[in-house]
Amino acid sequence: MTALLDINQLLDGLEAGLRRILEQRGVDTPALIGIRTGGVWLADVMSKRLGLAEPYGELDISFYRDDFSRIGLNPKVTPSSLPFDTEGRDIILIDDVIMSGRTIRAAMNEIFDYGRPASIILATLIDLGARELPIQPDVTGRVLTLDAHQRVKLRGPEPLHIELQETGQ
Amino acid sequence: MTANDPSPNHLQLTREGQLRHFLTLDGLNRELLTDILDTADSFIEVGERSIKKVPLLRGRTVVNLFFESSTRTRSTFELAAKRLSADVLNLDISTSATSKGESLSDTLLNLEAMASDMFVVRHSQSGAPHFIAESVTPGVAIINAGDGRHAHPTQAMLDMLTIRQHKGGFTGLKVAIVGDILHSRVARSQIRALNELGAEEVRVIAPGTLLPRDVESLGCKVEYDMARGMKDLDVVIMLRLQNERMEGALLPSEREFYRLYGLNQAKLALAKPDCIVMHPGPINRGVEIESAVADGPQSVILNQVTNGIAIRMAVMSMAMGGQMAERQQKQMNSEGARS
Repeated sequence: MTALLDINQLLDGLEAGLRRILEQRGVDTPALIGIRTGGVWLADVMSKRLGLAEPYGELDISFYRDDFSRIGLNPKVTPSSLPFDTEGRDIILIDDVIMSGRTIRAAMNEIFDYGRPASIILATLIDLGARELPIQPDVTGRVLTLDAHQRVKLRGPEPLHIELQETGQ
Repeated sequence: MTANDPSPNHLQLTREGQLRHFLTLDGLNRELLTDILDTADSFIEVGERSIKKVPLLRGRTVVNLFFESSTRTRSTFELAAKRLSADVLNLDISTSATSKGESLSDTLLNLEAMASDMFVVRHSQSGAPHFIAESVTPGVAIINAGDGRHAHPTQAMLDMLTIRQHKGGFTGLKVAIVGDILHSRVARSQIRALNELGAEEVRVIAPGTLLPRDVESLGCKVEYDMARGMKDLDVVIMLRLQNERMEGALLPSEREFYRLYGLNQAKLALAKPDCIVMHPGPINRGVEIESAVADGPQSVILNQVTNGIAIRMAVMSMAMGGQMAERQQKQMNSEGARS
């Protein structure tokens, strides 16, 4: 299992996938946005690997979460920061893990409040399946099926590594 | 704490320590106050976007229940609720049902029947929001927008946000509150917040007739002489002279008050060079503060107004979130009990 989760392999896969899709779509200057916290670490790495000159954006989706009415407001919300105008831009949205798809729905809603992008490419390091919404990543480092007692988490930022946890049950 | 100021924390907080009403700063610890300031920081960013709205209170109804009129406070609460996507109803009760003889409880029952989720209450009687929070249907959040001489917690928190923005924090800060402390609900909340957040020294500067008895017990030093009081200050907060609340001859004259306790450039020069000047508004130019100071480079009075929207968005969303989380918890418990 650990061999499957070699971070550099996954990052290589993510980078190659992004290069491919950017070329297919003829996008030269994408704007990169990471979802806090893991997605921001990945945005930092991918920004360097893709040689993007423009600073990347950071999204805190706490104000857009659909479970606000169940659990209340995340007390540790931090300001989102998009240092560019999203209007008309081709955006790469990046996160560490996709599962239900709810985080991505919230993130897309938030991005649209800054302006209407021309397109959004979704990149995730790990896809755990178990989707609850019709949202699929365009690029993913690895598709993974976990047992019920397993959890996966990206740790970072230095060094960036993936932790596979075995829970009690 | 006195008998008519009971600790409202069983009312304000859920069992998990989340805010569910916002009535007073008494009993709220530094961590929660800091969470409010941090959340407000994130809402400031929302205010800079092209669409200045988040969906947190979508489908919720917020009623601004003002038994005492206040244009600025009401409009910032209204804007805050709208930026949280709530539906907002403004009721100026002083000109409405109560003048037709309807009791407070009946007014509230009627508003609850309109499926309101939150009441923002301003009242001339101390403790009115507390009373409403005790009697309202569970699930409805109450926010205190100023009650009598008791508290004005959102004003105090927007002042704390403004201080933190300009000073980076509270450690080592010397802060003075100047003017009509006696009639000021803001001063009480400010002293409480500054002490909890770790300011080094809080001073009140006022004539004896405008100080409440035992003011030191709130956690501040008293200074009657303004020149001495201005020394080494990082922050000076001017209060409005509340003419409408004055009963009897507490002041010789406005002109005399201005000479002794008004803030002009000469007095401001006695404080630290980077001392910021604050005022909750509306300002009485030439009564508490000279125009050159109010409009000068050390004044942050307009920042306070902007921050007021963010602070109100923070406490409204936190209290509504706490109410909804609690409702969810109860539902799960009762389902658990049935199965």
